[in-house]
Amino acid sequence: MHLPDLLDPALIEEAQRQLTICNSCRYCEGYCAVFPSLELRTIVEPKDAVHLANLCHDCRACFYACMYAAPHEFAVNIPEALSAIRVETYREYGWPAVASRLFGHGPRGVAVGSLIGIIGIIGLIFAFGEPHRMLARQTGPGSFYVFLPYAAMVTTFLLASGFVVAVMFGSFVGYWRDTHGRLADLIDRRALGAAIGDAFSLKYLRGGGEGCYYPTDTASHRRRLMHSLVVYGFLCDTVATISAAIMQDFLDQMPPYPLLSVPVVLGSIGGIAMIIGSTDLLRLKSRSDTRPAFAKMISKDYGFLVSLALVSITGMLVLMTRETAALGPVLAIHLGTVAAFFVAMPYGKFVHFLYRYGALVQNRLEEDHYARSLEPAKEA
Amino acid sequence: MTVLVPLSPGNGAELRRAADAAWDVVVVGGGNAALVAAMSARRLVGRVLLLERAPRHMRGGNTRHTRNIRCAHDTSDAFTPGTYPCDELLADLRSVGRPVNATLAELAVSESQTVPAWMEDHGVRWQPALRGTLGLSRTNRFFLGGGTALINTYYRTADAMGVSTVCGATVTDIELDGRDARAVIVEGEAGQIRIQTGAVVIASGGFEANIAWLKRYWGDAADNYVIRGTPYNDGLIFAKMLERGAGSAGDAKGFHAIAVDARSPKFDGGIATRLDSVPFSIVVNRNAQRFADEGQEVWPKRYASWGRLIAEQPDQIAYSIYDIQAARLFMPSLYPPFTASSIAELAERVGLDPGALETTVTRYNQHVCQSVPFDAATKDGRGTTDLSPAKSNWALQIQEAPFFALPLRPGITFTYLGLAVNTHAQVLDAAGQPFGNVYAAGEVMSGNILSSGYLAGFGLTIGHVFGRIAGREAAFHASS
Repeated sequence: MHLPDLLDPALIEEAQRQLTICNSCRYCEGYCAVFPSLELRTIVEPKDAVHLANLCHDCRACFYACMYAAPHEFAVNIPEALSAIRVETYREYGWPAVASRLFGHGPRGVAVGSLIGIIGIIGLIFAFGEPHRMLARQTGPGSFYVFLPYAAMVTTFLLASGFVVAVMFGSFVGYWRDTHGRLADLIDRRALGAAIGDAFSLKYLRGGGEGCYYPTDTASHRRRLMHSLVVYGFLCDTVATISAAIMQDFLDQMPPYPLLSVPVVLGSIGGIAMIIGSTDLLRLKSRSDTRPAFAKMISKDYGFLVSLALVSITGMLVLMTRETAALGPVLAIHLGTVAAFFVAMPYGKFVHFLYRYGALVQNRLEEDHYARSLEPAKEA
Repeated sequence: MTVLVPLSPGNGAELRRAADAAWDVVVVGGGNAALVAAMSARRLVGRVLLLERAPRHMRGGNTRHTRNIRCAHDTSDAFTPGTYPCDELLADLRSVGRPVNATLAELAVSESQTVPAWMEDHGVRWQPALRGTLGLSRTNRFFLGGGTALINTYYRTADAMGVSTVCGATVTDIELDGRDARAVIVEGEAGQIRIQTGAVVIASGGFEANIAWLKRYWGDAADNYVIRGTPYNDGLIFAKMLERGAGSAGDAKGFHAIAVDARSPKFDGGIATRLDSVPFSIVVNRNAQRFADEGQEVWPKRYASWGRLIAEQPDQIAYSIYDIQAARLFMPSLYPPFTASSIAELAERVGLDPGALETTVTRYNQHVCQSVPFDAATKDGRGTTDLSPAKSNWALQIQEAPFFALPLRPGITFTYLGLAVNTHAQVLDAAGQPFGNVYAAGEVMSGNILSSGYLAGFGLTIGHVFGRIAGREAAFHASS
């Protein structure tokens, strides 16, 4: 096991100290999966701390319910301690390490990244496209590709997404090997289905039923709702992009597509959902209690949310300006923010879903194992 | 209705504002019973003030450390499978110690039936079953998140109902005119403030955090007690009422204690510092001698007896000694155990006489009855033969290194002595005559019902039942 060498031992030890207190108390076991999962262990090994950290959805119910929170000398703050290990997880399993350090940061990184992205896109336009037509009104089929040829655009983004998917796949496999082991267990049918359900319903952002204790000490379902808007909006936009590719490459229909076409309708629904979700999550974050949070994670959260907001807002602007002279600059800005989003994907907060999904599968596997272990005892 | 937002530290302005008003009901205390009384009073009258002595982060008294509540119920539901009739609860109560006042005990039991619904109405959520019915109990309901979550919920609900609360407000006296309270005296950063009121509910807990008071009965031994709950339960206003002629109920020397880790915080360590090792180990005193049967009881009763047993030992300290085999049988302790590769070395680590501990362990090992199979899950009957004191269950030889020691001290949960009350929760004087408008609820009067022993979750039941009665009666009195 190489985990202890990789992850910051001080953070792991602090989580172990706190989780030992939790395991002696267990009052929070009704809130989420973390505490029941903890109770299946008598000793918290480093890999257990990493698993529990990624299983934690940061609903913060346990922080406000804790009689051992600071200023108590036990200073229990599970959301903060586990959040710190998640930051380490994202950094550690992101490859290459230098990219993980460069792109895994907050809003400033996103701003710089987007700027570089925009300059890069303009560079591409100058290299392969027709920059002199940037500020002229374009209409008709293929108008998007007047500035930047389809081949240049698609090659860039296919390469980028291929890289992103490969890195994230590698990150996930590395994480799963370290925290669980057998890769084959990932496709255990029962655990798989149950974990997908847990993930897509954001079950553990329910805080035991009342919702997250977010932004402060009163429970609310708002954060779960907004998070869902972002997730489902993002999925809508992904499907919209795929449908556009099909229409163009297989049905030979060049964009822009009519308002009542699959890509535009899905893209608009997704875009609006993402704008509402990401900006409201930003607003909630700005008001949130920082005590149960880890500073580096707050920064990552802001970075990711700003990036999501930029991509979705500029995406909707492309739709709104597509028949005007503003399209050229708007499209360049949009593609730049998308490029920045892509580059940061395997290193920023985006990856949280990978490890959390892994932790949810692990949790379901353990639950099943535990249930089976009880069966012979019942018969006896 | 102005809501006085607790600002801690520094509550002078709120207290001065409170002093400008004439209140219908003032509640002294800020735990479960106090909140229940305040909310119940607020249903009937407009001006209810709750004065919590602790700062905001420590508000809630010992309720902060609670976990479940014991209520009688004739029907099974999702949170308490099976039925728990009043008769059975009363029998359970009698089995841990004869109630001082049978009428009040019966009242608590019968009224307990309506408590869960009342709690739900005031925002409390229950903990669902974790795996199957695991984590559920037939007799006790677990509220989601434990006592601190319960307290947060009640403060939020009380606030929404228009109860005014001030944290960090120490009530030092109750101004009496004959048998009637006219005001409470609060000492805070603003100095001494008089707050006028139509009725007073005392719900300020026991006196277990008052070491000087405990010393009256236990001498210097009390210096070695760990207090598991809030440091604010020093019985200040309880003592004041006794001075003013109030009658008491319950055993003055009585306290409930369990064995906790000797390295626990002096106050407020709560649930996490209790130890599970006793039945799978031997427990020796400062002289490395065993003094009681470690294998006598199963959970949860074993927790209840060891506090008192250790309190009776020299220096109120004991050590649970076990080996690596036994270490796998119970939850690891909050603080890591002392460890060594031999018994003699272990003795040195914890400051025991090595020779004496070796002799005790060897003697114990020789008397373990090895023919009976060991079974951690049941009272296995695997004990010692011809050993005094005997160990009657789970006797494992202590032979495989590494060896471990956990230091134990008595951890006091609560005291039994309280204010005598009647069925209206009115405080009685020594002659049994009620004060006109002074009421009591919760731990400060639970000695009327619990004379000794411990019934998990029943303290909260008493707090709810008498909190409701006290709040209601105080409000009636104030409005009449």
